[in-house]
Amino acid sequence: MLTKRIIPCLDMTEGKVVKGIQFVNFRDAGDPVVLAKKYDEQGADELVFLDITATVDNRNILLDVVKRTAKEVTIPFTVGGGIRTKKDMQLVLRAGADKVGVNTGAFKRPALISECAQSFGTQCVVLSLDAKRIGNQWNVIIDGGRTDTGMSAIEWVKQAVKLGAGEILLTSIDARWYEARI
Amino acid sequence: MIAIIDYGINNLDSVKNAFDRLEVDSIVTSDFNIISRANGLILPGVGTAIEGMRNLKKLRIDKLLTSEVRNGKPLLGICLGMQLLMDWSEEGNVDCLGLIDGTIEKFTNKLKVPQIGWNNVKISNFELPITNQIAQNSYFYFVHSYICKPTDANIVVGTTTYGQEYCSIMKQDNIVGVQFHPEKSGKVGFQLLKNIINYFISLC
Repeated sequence: MLTKRIIPCLDMTEGKVVKGIQFVNFRDAGDPVVLAKKYDEQGADELVFLDITATVDNRNILLDVVKRTAKEVTIPFTVGGGIRTKKDMQLVLRAGADKVGVNTGAFKRPALISECAQSFGTQCVVLSLDAKRIGNQWNVIIDGGRTDTGMSAIEWVKQAVKLGAGEILLTSIDARWYEARI
Repeated sequence: MIAIIDYGINNLDSVKNAFDRLEVDSIVTSDFNIISRANGLILPGVGTAIEGMRNLKKLRIDKLLTSEVRNGKPLLGICLGMQLLMDWSEEGNVDCLGLIDGTIEKFTNKLKVPQIGWNNVKISNFELPITNQIAQNSYFYFVHSYICKPTDANIVVGTTTYGQEYCSIMKQDNIVGVQFHPEKSGKVGFQLLKNIINYFISLC
């Protein structure tokens, strides 16, 4: 039967792994390729890289990190951050990622999920979702933790799965104080 | 030299990276001469059977593969690559390579498809060199919605259960097929790849 998976999730900016608290006060945590290799050796089941300040300038740095990581690790890895088009996704997959995380780009244009699922299969489309408790519900937060969309996280998940998201990477912005992902 | 067949689908580089790490001489190619000269062939694959067969036919690699393998060249099929070895697939109602008798059918259970994640393999034949040092019920990384149903139960080397039990490793003469991705399954996956390559070398 399928087992539970332990998946280290590394936040990156400008090619470095960073640790933040509730998406702010980042400090440098090292080289992503070295860390990825270490996690792999320690028995992680998969890895996730999220480029949290992805911009066009960062794209090439990210692709280079993905390429170097693909040569080192023996487990599946997901890469996300700043994915807005099918082309963005294709570049990340070509660089050696097994799956691609979509977040703000998919929220702003949900067809991104169906386009990518049709081209590459649902198995490599991961909906990356940042949620924050607002009143009685969990809302979808986009733009790297900056913008509350007002939409219920549950509703967005249902819609994204229908469009072809194969997996969900759910992050609680509140719990990140404790550096926990739920 | 091992030829990793390039038929226009994803996931080729991860297989190539795995062989580089194992220091196995390999090349990603769709070149007829290289494929004919290779000591062994790898048919990787992520995608649909219909797309896979269409691409193989377009490159005219389908006939080359079947003749090379029928003449004794060892072949490893990974994931979709294993499925394409069968006679026919329900996925798009498409005829496949027909190197192994049987069909490819969709999971009939009510669980989520594709199955994505780490699942264990129950090995039924430890006599083979390819299962050397592979522990019973080792976990491998799976991503698929369809399963192989070989006609001859004797070629099944390992099975996996996801709502239903199905063949996850098969071996028929010079052909080996694995439903999971050994190149993405950590240490045990690399051990299995090493075993398979050593077995291929022993056939040369």
